[in-house]
Amino acid sequence: MLNWWLPEGISTYSGKVDGIFYIILAITGLMFFLVEGAILFFCLRYRHTQHAKATFVEGNTKLEVIWTLIPAAILIFLMFKSQGVWSEMKSHMPANPDLHIEVTAQQFAWNIHYPDSEVTTLNQLHIPVGKKVLVQVTSKDVIHSFFIPQFRLKQDAVPGSKINVWFEATQVGHYELVCAEFCGLAHYRMRGYLKIETPEEFQAWLDQSKKEAEKKGDEDEW
Amino acid sequence: MKSFMHKYVFSTDHKMIGLQFLFTAFLFMLFGGLLAMAIRWQLAWPGTKLPVLGVIMPETYNVIFTMHGTFMIFFVVIAIMVGAFANFTVPLLIGAHDMAFPKINMASYWLFFISCVIMLASFFAPGGAAATGWTAYAPVSVKAPMGQSLWLISLIVLGVSSILGSLNYLTTIVNLRAPGMHFFRMPMTVWAIFITAILVLLATPVLTAALAMLLLDRVLDTTFFLAGTGQPVLWQHVFWFYSHPAVYIMILPAMGIASDVLSVFSRKPLFGYHAMVYALSAIAGLGFIVWAHHMFATGLNPTLGTTFMVATMFIAVPTGVKIFNWLGTLWGGSIHFSSAMLNAIAFVSMFVIGGLSGVFLAAASLDIYLHDTYFVVAHIHYVLFGGSLFGIFAGIYYWYPKMFGRMMNEKLGKIHFWLTFVFYNLTFFPMHIIGIHGMPRRFYDYKQYEFLRGLEPLQLLISISAFALFICQLPFVYNFFVNLFVGKKAPNNPWQANTLEWTIPSPAPHLNYAKVPIVYRWPYEYSLPHAKEDWLAQDQP
Repeated sequence: MLNWWLPEGISTYSGKVDGIFYIILAITGLMFFLVEGAILFFCLRYRHTQHAKATFVEGNTKLEVIWTLIPAAILIFLMFKSQGVWSEMKSHMPANPDLHIEVTAQQFAWNIHYPDSEVTTLNQLHIPVGKKVLVQVTSKDVIHSFFIPQFRLKQDAVPGSKINVWFEATQVGHYELVCAEFCGLAHYRMRGYLKIETPEEFQAWLDQSKKEAEKKGDEDEW
Repeated sequence: MKSFMHKYVFSTDHKMIGLQFLFTAFLFMLFGGLLAMAIRWQLAWPGTKLPVLGVIMPETYNVIFTMHGTFMIFFVVIAIMVGAFANFTVPLLIGAHDMAFPKINMASYWLFFISCVIMLASFFAPGGAAATGWTAYAPVSVKAPMGQSLWLISLIVLGVSSILGSLNYLTTIVNLRAPGMHFFRMPMTVWAIFITAILVLLATPVLTAALAMLLLDRVLDTTFFLAGTGQPVLWQHVFWFYSHPAVYIMILPAMGIASDVLSVFSRKPLFGYHAMVYALSAIAGLGFIVWAHHMFATGLNPTLGTTFMVATMFIAVPTGVKIFNWLGTLWGGSIHFSSAMLNAIAFVSMFVIGGLSGVFLAAASLDIYLHDTYFVVAHIHYVLFGGSLFGIFAGIYYWYPKMFGRMMNEKLGKIHFWLTFVFYNLTFFPMHIIGIHGMPRRFYDYKQYEFLRGLEPLQLLISISAFALFICQLPFVYNFFVNLFVGKKAPNNPWQANTLEWTIPSPAPHLNYAKVPIVYRWPYEYSLPHAKEDWLAQDQP
């Protein structure tokens, strides 16, 4: 059953996004039961055979005011809730991230570049756990979308624009990188692999990859 | 022969034109439904052989979901709401002989027809029909094969048709109301179509211009939507500037129809008539400043994201007002569960779900996760099927006697309703859950991803329910088409309703009213205290 719900959240803000989800679920869930319950009750209570003569009522201004203001208040509350997380994700990019990565999407693969160590991979995104990572997302051809469900992170990769996103993973493991924006024929298998490692493992992988890249020479330009 | 052509083909009678839209849209509903079945086949049993089509390949799958969306939105729901119902009801409900511009009305249908032909012809273009989704995001759509150009041309023609139609509705409603039919005596259906026509008139030219720009990018190598000298995201701005109001173009008429049907069959005035009109106007107005909520993930300026979130959240307020007023209409009524009424109640109860799921998507921080997943697919289907289509069914069951002079079979109508209601929910509700799990839309084979493989049982449930939902439309098809010939003759006013169209014979004769009716009251005088009957027609002094 858990397999059909939100996937485990493993970024520093995933819990907060899920918090918004559960707040909205609670409020809308309550509204759902109230409204559907009222419809059901009215349909049973006021069916023709039970209630032969309808009551003549044209409306009620007091009620109109109540059911305008209360939902408005609830929605303003939700705006503030969502805004906090939105601002954390979008407006407060880490000034000194621990790692820079450049992701360039293309039909139908992810070019992943570590500018500080000149390492480039195809579809293999390695990151260290517990570090602030700043990713610059762009695309070579059409719009793709860089989606890591477990991070609750999605960013369209737009050709001609370089857009920064950030995250900090909270646990190690193997996950998938998804293309979420329809990008053409093989959109459905534009899959990347996300490996979250301990900082030591990550550093070892980076050094190893750097060595291999140097050995191969400089023809490795995507 | 000449009179046949004049009466059924090149007719200028608003009722016949409405029916032309309706029958054309039915055909597209069948095509669009079959395409949906193919989508569900592929998602349930990826890569297995389908009757007739064989194994669906990715290129075909992309055409299928693109054309499913295109057909259902432009050629079914908009065609029925703004083409069929608006045409059929507006002159009748306001006491007019016909539209203000009957020939422009005919032109509107025939442009629509040309647009249909071009869209269907695009299947035979080299490289097949358009395959970039009904949203046709640039730059994929700029680089797509020729079918995409035909798709664009078809929708440009359709846009012109819609603009002509909306001008006609506005002029008719403003100028041709019968004496005494003040604006605040118009039935909600007319109010809804009036506001919808304003939306069509203001939004459609923007889409049409955008389509033309995309066409130029494709055939004349301009670069409006290409990186470098252009901006791919610009397409999304202009597209959604139309397509968000388009959602309201598709739902507001259903709101109007449901309001009237709920009142008639509750034998009770529509609760909060004025508030309902203001809420409709508020929804329509706010609908123009929320378009970028479809674009939270594009990397737009975070402050702009906040602005659009605020506007979007506020749309829930007038929407809530409408829902509560519908509840108020049911409250204390004397409810007759006709087929029309059942569909109108389903409209309210399903639209509630579509509205509530919209709140999740409006919260920008959460939308980042849910955007482009099946949660969005569930949301639009709760609005457009649960909302618009149940509204359409309600309208058809309600006005069928006035359209054809015969009654539909109520028993079959109820069978159709309950089966549709059950399988509709079994089809679309689980889509919320697979969306919450993170499954993206427009995936040919979701099993490519490990984290999605566990969804298989739900995918099977959805597909089997979808097939059942399709088959459950057979009683409706039978009920609709057979009763054209064998249905019980309809009296003038089978529902004892107050609006003007029920004062004239069924089917409504050419030019509708032998004598222009005079309107003495609003349309909702049901169950007046001390009155003999529980209804009082608008033309009664």
